Amino acid sequence: MKTLIFLLVGGLWLAPAQAAIEAYQFDSPQMEADYNKLVAELRCLVCQNQNLAESDADLAQDLRRETYEMLQQGKTPQQVSEFMVARYGDFVLYRPQFKSSTYLLWLGPFLLLVVVLVIVGRRLRASAKPVEVDADALADAKQLLEKDTPEK
Amino acid sequence: MIRFALPLGIFVLMVGLLGYGLRLDPKKVPSPLIEKPAPAFSLAMLDDPARQLSTEDMKGQVWILNVWASWCISCRAEHEVITKLANRNLVTVVGLNYKDESDDATRWLQQFGNPYATSVIDRDGRVGIDWGVYGVPETFIIGADGLIKYKHIGPVTHESLEQKIMPILRELLS
Repeated sequence: MKTLIFLLVGGLWLAPAQAAIEAYQFDSPQMEADYNKLVAELRCLVCQNQNLAESDADLAQDLRRETYEMLQQGKTPQQVSEFMVARYGDFVLYRPQFKSSTYLLWLGPFLLLVVVLVIVGRRLRASAKPVEVDADALADAKQLLEKDTPEK
Repeated sequence: MIRFALPLGIFVLMVGLLGYGLRLDPKKVPSPLIEKPAPAFSLAMLDDPARQLSTEDMKGQVWILNVWASWCISCRAEHEVITKLANRNLVTVVGLNYKDESDDATRWLQQFGNPYATSVIDRDGRVGIDWGVYGVPETFIIGADGLIKYKHIGPVTHESLEQKIMPILRELLS
């Protein structure tokens, strides 16, 4: 009984990994690795929050085939992603290229960090400044404190 | 005063940005092919598979490529608008029969009427990929210079025909 439950629960883990099955034969492990990397980083345009590897859409199938065939023809992964970008735009990439239109996207978080650090630094310095107190008032206060301290 | 103005300013800015973001349609991916040469194809015609139509044949004229399929529900919704456009006889409307069975496609045209000057067969969707098609229907306007001038994603409605497509056509034809 326990074994059966284990098998059933284990089966749940297997299902999502098998979403897209195509029996592609690769000439080399390198090519297979390139293929897997590409389909993981290219977006399916029909179901936009899935990559090509996860998507079962017709278009994703076609684009996987295209990717496979291009690699098989000896194209580099770079050429494959350029091919996709030329047709579908930067949107097809999960990791956009670093270029003038994406500078803000890539550098924005660091810029924000610098701004926050500057603001925090200023605040810290402001609060670290010694408070100016009138010398006479300070002396008075000291005297009062000493007077009120109970004798031991 | 500044203590309230700054957070308020940031808040208003964020609301503005998020409001703008809400209005965008993430399903509409801008095509990188605008003002680029129309990707070349040479495909068999649906009504006469022995003959081919190529982008070369369309050179020197303004034309429309409408991507459709018999399995595509929105294509039915769009059909009467495409028919209206074709009946104006301003430009040649070519159909790209995308990933379809030719028998089904022919029957579809018989059932609803055929607005296309001709339809070409893209059985495996490769020409579709070249044109950056990711959802059917899509409609492209190609200028006399062979450049893609406009891409409409999704079904063309009467409004988008009059407000978007017609002004571009008029400009291209003038």
